[in-house]
Amino acid sequence: MASLAQANSGGILSWLDREHTVAKPGFSRWLVPPAALCVHLCIGQVYAYSVFNLPMTKLIGITESAPGDWKLTELGWIFSIAIVFLGLSAAFTGTWLDRVGPRKAMFTAALCFGGGFLVAAVGVYLHQLWLIYLGYGVLGGCGLGIGYISPVKTLITWFPDRPGMATGMAIMGFGGGALIASPLSVWLMQLFRTPTHVGVAETFIVLGLIYMFFMMMGGVIVRVPAPGWAPAGYVAPAKPKKLITDKEVHVDQALKTVQFYLLWAVLCLNVTAGIGVLGQASAMSQEMFPGRITAIAASGFVGLLSIFNMVGRFFWASTSDYIGRRNTYMVFFLLGMALYAAVPWTGRTGSIVLFVAFYCIIMSMYGGGFATIPAYLKDIFGTRYVGAIHGRLLTAWSAAGVFGPVLVNYIREYQIDHGVAKADAYSVTMYIMAGLLFVGFLCNYFMHPVHEKHHLPEEAKA
Amino acid sequence: MAKTSDPKDVSDANAVKLALAWSFVGIPLAWGVYKTLVNAVLLFQ
Repeated sequence: MASLAQANSGGILSWLDREHTVAKPGFSRWLVPPAALCVHLCIGQVYAYSVFNLPMTKLIGITESAPGDWKLTELGWIFSIAIVFLGLSAAFTGTWLDRVGPRKAMFTAALCFGGGFLVAAVGVYLHQLWLIYLGYGVLGGCGLGIGYISPVKTLITWFPDRPGMATGMAIMGFGGGALIASPLSVWLMQLFRTPTHVGVAETFIVLGLIYMFFMMMGGVIVRVPAPGWAPAGYVAPAKPKKLITDKEVHVDQALKTVQFYLLWAVLCLNVTAGIGVLGQASAMSQEMFPGRITAIAASGFVGLLSIFNMVGRFFWASTSDYIGRRNTYMVFFLLGMALYAAVPWTGRTGSIVLFVAFYCIIMSMYGGGFATIPAYLKDIFGTRYVGAIHGRLLTAWSAAGVFGPVLVNYIREYQIDHGVAKADAYSVTMYIMAGLLFVGFLCNYFMHPVHEKHHLPEEAKA
Repeated sequence: MAKTSDPKDVSDANAVKLALAWSFVGIPLAWGVYKTLVNAVLLFQ
């Protein structure tokens, strides 16, 4: 891949190269966030993938599962494979992406993510599950990873004065993607459904083509600033703050610093706490308030959490521009601990309003954790390799994606098996989540500037 | 010396492009938020 990237594309494909994306004078930098949103709104679909699970258990039986139909446990692997490949592709393509620029990366992501849907559609049509694992899981997962990190460095370069807000705006799209994908997918499946057909394959084809087009539009719009460009009136701080470096750390060198692993733990623990309860939100709300929160109301609760997950990404990342990245994570961990510890109390007092309010704030901080991390990386390691370093750090997400749900599910089952009432089974889980956040708090507390021996020499920065 | 953009960098052409680009992403997002909020109202009924 490296050799492929080092050589610029020839012919018509040269339009994808970094040098063809350099902005002309007068270009408004406010066109870059929508370009990033074109990609993130599409790949955020992964959070809504579960809407296909039940229909895909009835591809043969149509109205109910028949012998030969896939089981939910088999289908659950599609999402897991996609998340694992998200982390892997982000980690392994970050350096390539920094070199080739955002347009080529966005087009690659569009082909992978949209193409993944098309391969998965063939898998549904032929009833070959391995093709869906390969299509949506492996290919689509690579599209997720490349797409996720593709606009990050570009946005930070365009907005040196507000890096948190800029990346928060893009990563907000990842949270919002599910809000679009969920109703759109349900509507498409209803449209294509016939008495002998559930309509999943056609829905995959339409979604694949829509996402491919939308993501490519992001690639068309995106530009990188000319070398040395700065926003009008922007003056870099003469004396940088303690935790904001004006030096550069190479991606390979960053992996040798304790700061990288502290940030890895900060992201992993913040995500573990959030992702664990996000997957359980519907069941948890119904079991903590039996008879008062119905299944339909619980789906509304999950939707509300998705909105706060999305809004939190923009709100907290923007806030971090003013109060600092480390302080923002301090708020996540301290407030998160208090709220997780207080959730069982809302169940005992029967306060649905407080239960919902606490979870909405928790979810806003879960999203905020994702959105604030690119600017935190930029503060600690500099701008030059932030895309590649961010890609490596996203393996924390993959780890949390496995660790969080397993932890919550295992503890809950253990409690119920030992005679604890369902309504009370989540209390211990909440306290453990608060404990995880305390460990995250310590990791964040010990964050300090990178030692100068890791900095790039001045001559190498040119 | 860093190059800076024109102070009036949002020209008329840019304004049209900005409106189109933000509408392109804003309209689907607003639709998704609306559909989700309609669903979420059930929680409090």
